Amino acid sequence: MTDTLIIDSGGANLASLQYAFARLGVATEVSAAPKAIAAARRVLLPGVGSAAAAMERLRAAGLAELLPRLSQPVLGICLGMQLLFEHSAEGDVECLGILPQRVRRLQPSPSRPVPHMGWNRLEETQTDPLLEGLASGPYFYFVHGYVAPVGPFTLGAVEYGESFSAVVRRGNFWGVQFHPERSAAAGARVLANFLAL
Amino acid sequence: MTLAVRYRDEGADELVFYDITASPENRSVDRGWVSRVASVLDIPFCVAGGIRTVADAEAVLNAGAEKISINSPALADPDLIDALARRFGTQCVVIGIDSQRTADGYRACQYTGDPSRARESGRDVLAWVREVQQRGAGEIVLNCMGSDGVRGGYDIEQLCAVRALCQVPLVASGGAGAIEHFAAAFTQAGVDAALAASVFHSGAIGIPALKHALRASGIEVRL
Repeated sequence: MTDTLIIDSGGANLASLQYAFARLGVATEVSAAPKAIAAARRVLLPGVGSAAAAMERLRAAGLAELLPRLSQPVLGICLGMQLLFEHSAEGDVECLGILPQRVRRLQPSPSRPVPHMGWNRLEETQTDPLLEGLASGPYFYFVHGYVAPVGPFTLGAVEYGESFSAVVRRGNFWGVQFHPERSAAAGARVLANFLAL
Repeated sequence: MTLAVRYRDEGADELVFYDITASPENRSVDRGWVSRVASVLDIPFCVAGGIRTVADAEAVLNAGAEKISINSPALADPDLIDALARRFGTQCVVIGIDSQRTADGYRACQYTGDPSRARESGRDVLAWVREVQQRGAGEIVLNCMGSDGVRGGYDIEQLCAVRALCQVPLVASGGAGAIEHFAAAFTQAGVDAALAASVFHSGAIGIPALKHALRASGIEVRL
């Protein structure tokens, strides 16, 4: 049985996440096989590319039905977090429906270019084991053009023109909009916390 | 590799690696090297150098880069930008522009990594900035060649002209020689990030000192 499994969501760039776990001394397996995913102790759902393309790949691999039924800790990262929601405006696509809200496009303004790329401070709105041990107002690295609204499942929010969910949780499903694997020490702490769940 | 680790530990917010001789030498950046650097970096990592196809880009991203930056190949084949954005998303696609001042505006240059092959592409920089955004660029790095390497400050006037029509993140490049130059790029030209090489490599400006000074002057930075 695999301890820590990264879902092969078809996009490129799983290497940096694997390297981040390797720096924590943890080997990871990359797979899209439903059996391996169901049996893993914890599961990561990364994502690069568009929501519509990612959902299509999850459906084709038979994962769209499986993922909402998982009972082990699951962490969605960036697009992977957005896929946990009910719907995404990116390609007008139905997502996994684990969280009830809808993902919308981030509105650009002259001082807030979109995609949003950069380091922003997280405002922790609820305490959670995933966020344990972080300094107050820690910086995380964000790269995204779509956002999930702040709601009852929000653990942390970020302000970029508007306030959006940067960390969410519902039961055994966590999601982070930022890239923990590229967020220096704060990001490493979040990944280490996930390993301890 | 030593530099990569040093910048990571000093608090750089992103590392950009330009293999500037790759395009003029008609080769692509060394993936083994990308992978070795990516494995030690815990900050964003952007790689440039001779990425001419979607397959080249995929190999670099799979080796652990976050973003790919395209300069000469985009000028040679602008459709490459659309193809990369479709495949990897706009957030992955950085367009680098080497810009030269001329009597009637700014011109984009190509193959600048090799003085014997460097040439003006004939494209007007402002028009090119508009076009690459329409095609799917998620970020633009504007390297002002007139100020590059002379440490006299970023070309604020040119950065302002590009900022006015750039809706995606804009990175200033070329000319940083003193801490005030970085501050001016943020406060006067409104760029989203400032890039420098030689002043960091030589140690003339230390990243921690720079970031503290920027914060003290009211610019938000991660410390």
